[in-house]
Amino acid sequence: MSEPEIAPLLEVDRLSVSYDTDRGRLRALRSVSFDIGRGEIVGIVGESGCGKSTLISAVIRLLASNARLDDGAIRFDGEDLMSLAPDRMRALRGARLAMVFQDPMTSLNPVLSIGRQMLDVQYQRKASGTDKRERSLAMLQKVGIPDPERRLREYPHQLSGGMRQRVAIAMALLMEPALLIADEPTTALDATLEVQIIHQLKALQADFGCSILFISHHLGVIAELCDRVVVMYAGEVVESGTVRQVFHEPRHPYTRKLLECDPARISERTRQLPIIAGALPDLVELPEGCVFRTRCDRAVAECAQRRPALEDAGDGHRVACFVARSTS
Amino acid sequence: MTPREGLIASTWRQLRRDPLGLAGLTIVVVVGVVTLLAPWIAPHDPLEIDVYNRLMPPSAEYWLGTDQLGRDIFSRVLFGGQVALKVSLVAIGVSMAIGLALGMLAGFGPRWLDRLLVVAFDTMRSFPTIMFALAIVALLGPSLNTVILVIIIASIPIYGRVVRTQTLALREKDFIKAERALGASTFRILVFHVMPNIAAPLLILASMDVPVVVGMEAGLSFLGLGVEPPTPSWGSILNDGYSYIRNSPWPIVAGGIPLIVVTLGFTFFGESLRDIFDPKLRSKQ
Repeated sequence: MSEPEIAPLLEVDRLSVSYDTDRGRLRALRSVSFDIGRGEIVGIVGESGCGKSTLISAVIRLLASNARLDDGAIRFDGEDLMSLAPDRMRALRGARLAMVFQDPMTSLNPVLSIGRQMLDVQYQRKASGTDKRERSLAMLQKVGIPDPERRLREYPHQLSGGMRQRVAIAMALLMEPALLIADEPTTALDATLEVQIIHQLKALQADFGCSILFISHHLGVIAELCDRVVVMYAGEVVESGTVRQVFHEPRHPYTRKLLECDPARISERTRQLPIIAGALPDLVELPEGCVFRTRCDRAVAECAQRRPALEDAGDGHRVACFVARSTS
Repeated sequence: MTPREGLIASTWRQLRRDPLGLAGLTIVVVVGVVTLLAPWIAPHDPLEIDVYNRLMPPSAEYWLGTDQLGRDIFSRVLFGGQVALKVSLVAIGVSMAIGLALGMLAGFGPRWLDRLLVVAFDTMRSFPTIMFALAIVALLGPSLNTVILVIIIASIPIYGRVVRTQTLALREKDFIKAERALGASTFRILVFHVMPNIAAPLLILASMDVPVVVGMEAGLSFLGLGVEPPTPSWGSILNDGYSYIRNSPWPIVAGGIPLIVVTLGFTFFGESLRDIFDPKLRSKQ
């Protein structure tokens, strides 16, 4: 009956978040569900404005002041994050849940040395200064920074973008969190560095055994790094499954189009890159039915009437589409 | 860029290449040292009255001449510098500390608190300082402490507003969000991350504020609202000289020159610091 051993580390259950705006309530997330197992790397893909950032802000409970949690729950290691007292939540951040940001040029404090910032992050640990320093050095070494002794004394502006992102990753891993959230950590870096960072993350994950929630709009990176993928569109999860399931047998029309548009997958030379025609729906005045309907070439009458729920299409491959389900 | 260079070292390296800034720093240091050493340097007792040598022009005995009571003006200028320095250090220190706390509170706290504090700052700033000083002096009586109090109250909004603006800008920065995501409390963020980032602009503001405060003290003392006679102050030297300007121009000259020198020194120094710390100018180097 009870199976506490295999309970997922992070469980997002029908989460709905909206923002109060001048135009009305912007429903940024609607009934988003997914989970991350222990030691698993889960990727979230979706275009800009699909709610990725709102989702992670909700998980670390640092939503903007005009955001409201309408429904749903987020459970981390069996604890309901939404009902946790603010100081307990704060203790959880950094220690068990850490985060790496998108732009390494702005995510480090410009006026403090790397060493100072790395010691600072460990303030929850009861350890001596030398001990914390040793740990910082070891962690810099682990993320592949040469001459860490010198780097500890340097300031962020003396480091390159790739170096800074490594430092940011080292800082996030210092407290050995159970879950590392990486918000497009390679988007601001060039392609070769991106590959290096991805391999580093994979090696670190194997080393520490933590779970990673990896946000990206770069499909290749997701395929390379992740075990499972969650595809989001306009604040909803449209498809989720293993990398193999989603990338090789995409069910949802949006996922298919997204894959068709990936420049890395286009084999012939073309003058025009494929695009997904149409625009994101207005999240303040949501249309009835499926949110992707207006951009979908396979829409049927049912799509305009009801919203398809995310349902299992076999082997844990879940998809929110009437057409995909009936054709399978 | 040379590695391993601390903030102070790099500031000094850049300051050395700026002649005006260097001149400013020299003036600041010389004025500071000379006024601190006033009791040992001054050739005469600044309060010693010598009616036989009233309103004397400069001579080997009296370097800047004597005033209407025969007191040595040079010694009075040196001791007046102590008053000016004390007022500016205490007043700027206290108003900066309070302004820092209130400004960070406004910038990082809830919206209503921010609005309340901004309205309070603006209300304070809309009072003409002299009118405000007159009211305070009428309540408390003229003294050096009253002058300091007036300057503190008049300066808090200036520091508060600058700190608030800087804090608001920092609040949205990724590294502040990153700190939060790594579990730092609001207090920790303010003390360890916001404060070091606004220290530079605040120090520049303070250094450019010194001449303003010195001028305020002189002005209030000139109007008889500041230090009580016979304590020497640059303002009271000017006031004495003003009454006897037909007899001797020297007290006015002697009281005015230090004001000009201090103003120039701190302004040059402050502007040079501003150029060094301004990130837009820095990136061009």
